Amino acid sequence: MTLRAFLTNRRAMAGAGILVFFALLAGLAPLIAPYSPTNINFPPMLGPSAAHLLGTTANGQDVLSQLIWGSRDTLIVGLVTATLISGIQLIVGIFGGYVGGWIDEVLSMLTNIFLVMPGLPLMIIVAAYVTVKGTVPIIFVITVTGWAWGARVLRSQTLTLRSQAFVEAAQLSGESRWRIVLTHIVPNMAGILVANFFGAALYAVLSEAGLEFLGLGNVNTVTWGTMLYWAENDEALLMGLWQWMVLPGVCIALLGTAFGLLNFAVDEVVNPRLRRT
Amino acid sequence: MSLLLEIAGLTVGYGAGPTAVLAVQDVDLAVHTGEVVGIAGESGCGKSTLALAATGLLDPPGRVLQGGVRYAGQDLLRLPPAALRHVRLRQIAMVFQASMNVLNPVLRIRDQFLDAMQAHGITSRREAVERTQAVFELVKVPARFLDAYPHQLSGGMRQRTVIALSLVLEPRLIFMDEPTTALDVVVQRAILQSVNDLRVQRDFAVVFITHDLSLLIEIADRIAIMYAGYLVEEASGPELYQQPLHPYTQALMQAFPPLGAVRSRLQGIPGQPPDLRQLPPGCPFAARCGKVRQGTCDTVRPAMTIVTPGHRVACHLYPVSTEGGKQA
Amino acid sequence: MRYLTRRVLVLLLTGWAALTINFVLPRLMPGNPAEVMLARFQGRLSPRALAALTVEFGVHTHQSLLAQYVAYWGHMLTGNFGLSLTYYPASVAQMVAQAFPWTLGLVGISTLIAFILGTGIGIAAAWRHGSRLDGVLLPVSLLLNSMPYFWFALLMLYLFGFVLGWFPVGGGLNLAHQAGGWAGLGAIISHAILPAATITITAAGGWVLTMRNNMVAILGEDFVKFARAKGLPDRVVEFRYAARNAILPNFTGFAMAIGFVVGGALLTEIVFSYPGLGYLLYEAVLNLDYPLMQAIFLFISLAVLVANFLADLAYILLDPRVRAVGRS
Repeated sequence: MTLRAFLTNRRAMAGAGILVFFALLAGLAPLIAPYSPTNINFPPMLGPSAAHLLGTTANGQDVLSQLIWGSRDTLIVGLVTATLISGIQLIVGIFGGYVGGWIDEVLSMLTNIFLVMPGLPLMIIVAAYVTVKGTVPIIFVITVTGWAWGARVLRSQTLTLRSQAFVEAAQLSGESRWRIVLTHIVPNMAGILVANFFGAALYAVLSEAGLEFLGLGNVNTVTWGTMLYWAENDEALLMGLWQWMVLPGVCIALLGTAFGLLNFAVDEVVNPRLRRT
Repeated sequence: MSLLLEIAGLTVGYGAGPTAVLAVQDVDLAVHTGEVVGIAGESGCGKSTLALAATGLLDPPGRVLQGGVRYAGQDLLRLPPAALRHVRLRQIAMVFQASMNVLNPVLRIRDQFLDAMQAHGITSRREAVERTQAVFELVKVPARFLDAYPHQLSGGMRQRTVIALSLVLEPRLIFMDEPTTALDVVVQRAILQSVNDLRVQRDFAVVFITHDLSLLIEIADRIAIMYAGYLVEEASGPELYQQPLHPYTQALMQAFPPLGAVRSRLQGIPGQPPDLRQLPPGCPFAARCGKVRQGTCDTVRPAMTIVTPGHRVACHLYPVSTEGGKQA
Repeated sequence: MRYLTRRVLVLLLTGWAALTINFVLPRLMPGNPAEVMLARFQGRLSPRALAALTVEFGVHTHQSLLAQYVAYWGHMLTGNFGLSLTYYPASVAQMVAQAFPWTLGLVGISTLIAFILGTGIGIAAAWRHGSRLDGVLLPVSLLLNSMPYFWFALLMLYLFGFVLGWFPVGGGLNLAHQAGGWAGLGAIISHAILPAATITITAAGGWVLTMRNNMVAILGEDFVKFARAKGLPDRVVEFRYAARNAILPNFTGFAMAIGFVVGGALLTEIVFSYPGLGYLLYEAVLNLDYPLMQAIFLFISLAVLVANFLADLAYILLDPRVRAVGRS
């Protein structure tokens, strides 16, 4: 029923469509991309042509190949970070909310602190201290700063569920805490969890782009964020290489929109009040 | 007693096209000045939808598909929005179920009364406050609660407040949808008592909607029974009490014996109401009916029959009279 | 006032956490990166400044961690953030004090406009939900919400700055506004329009989405239907009853939103070379100027904290239920 509602939801399908498109791009990059994204042996600053559909960069790389390969790291960072964030949210929100007591007090205070702490400035200074640049520190930094909101939502949902009859029945029948959490609470929040996952993915993709644009990632890897870093550094727009600057941003916005659509659609399916009439 | 509100052939659906669910089907009902008409049925029978549709308050996806509602000579459902707005509260008021959320949680009670009166042209603040205090007195709520927020009131107080609001412009008709269901019996009694006193004083008509048939038998002049979107029986209160004709009415009577009656064993009605998305072709009650006649009840939808003047029923047990069944 | 006490507690704890993060980070990283920085500036700084930095960052010091922490707090409470390495001999406090008003003005005004605009559009979309307007607005807001701020800023700068030449392309503001008087004010405004527009447009999308969803949920509440049953004009129902309630969750969600907007605004400043904290932070990052970085982080955190606290206060004023009982 829920799945059917999801499958017939136009927004969900649009979001899933975009996501699948980028996933295919990332998966088939070696087959689709005309050149290696790091090959710098082409004439620099070419406009679009048959050989280079989207032209070349100031360093003589093929823009189209970079765009295709760039989807890989961007997607990986988005999905891995979202998974990690969801994991933390699950533990802090659901466990804290269910167990209650001082553990919950501490966890929700922690949540509130991280919620108010501005994410990007924190990311910037953490990333500035990390001496090894690359994907892993970026994932780490985004995860640390991005989990609080969802954890708070999950916690309040858990509190609502905890007092419901079927959970109390399970407690009375002597089921263990973990069993109750895993078999009764988590399945009932699947929708919110999934919606939060896509919300986190959107946050991760945008944050990654921001950090890499500042040169806080590894600028030698090819992602949409580092493409923008180089495009800005080499003044792509002033050189008339608009596609080099515009397209990575469009891709980020589209991928972000896909995550946003999925987040929204899942919310809509789970929460019937929001459903279209 | 003259005709006040006339619902004719009203059919209401949720959704559109072939997938629409019909929540109310071809219902005729008349309300005269000063009378209490009860509508009873299990939840989901369409009684609340009927009330909303009759007052033009139905939200999409709900839609009136057929029929009309006439009030004082006007077709309510075709009234322009501005005109309909002026009918509301001033002519026809609505009292919803006593839930937490009928009153705006962030406005003081006083302001919610003032809003209503301002919307109907009472611009003098003094007059508005005086009227509010007067109705508060009528429903026996202390005037100090005027300054309270809804969450500071008990359930009973809140319900009285909502009833007070419905009275403030002295309407001629009040729809009450399960007005006392969420309250305990003592409070429920007290509120019903005041409603009845007020009705005698102010002479307004009431359409009282509830699942509790025994309650209606005590207070209603006329009672209509609904099942699966259909009106299946209508009679005066005493007549229905003494001679319920439809097997469903009889079953309801068993489920809610009148308060004064000797408490025999309460009988629930076996089975579930049908799925409105796929109503069986015959009588909607056939599947749960103890007197079902195979070959008729499950294939032919029964038409409304006038059995005695003022008592009509839609059931194959009572042969169709010559008159089509529309109420006189 | 349990709610307020809790908020104050969160405020204090978060402030403490922000300060402590600054203390812990350099000491936590393998091969304290501050050491590299200090080595680079050896000889360019006075011995006193160097000594202060060693305490602040825990390099080459024999003091215990606790003693360092106490000394660090002493510095923070007396407003002694050390010297900026990039802008030596200017102190970090001086630099931050210079940049802060720019950011406050830019982010404050554009956040306010974005909030009002986004909330208004969200209300309109929800009121007509299911309509074509709603159908178009939603994906558009999602797209705006998913655009990297800095990228959108670059396009705006290119289009309106370079191609059309309507606005200055950034930089030079510090000199221009020193002209003073109307010319100075004009310079400030013309430099701020593009960044402000960027922040407003990208941030409004988020507010549209949350407000629209809150409002659609509220429109299903009984008190909205009851407001219509009272015959209130549409405008009153839309704003005083529905929107007035739907806006409440936005105040509790403010924390995340403002953090996000401030982050985006920092990047926007960098693109426009706007002389605020974001641009200063960027310079600090490029030059590994850790003292400056830390002070900026601290300042932004405190500003966001205060903004949140104000939002909490507004929430308390707007929701009588919180005022009375207090919610966690």
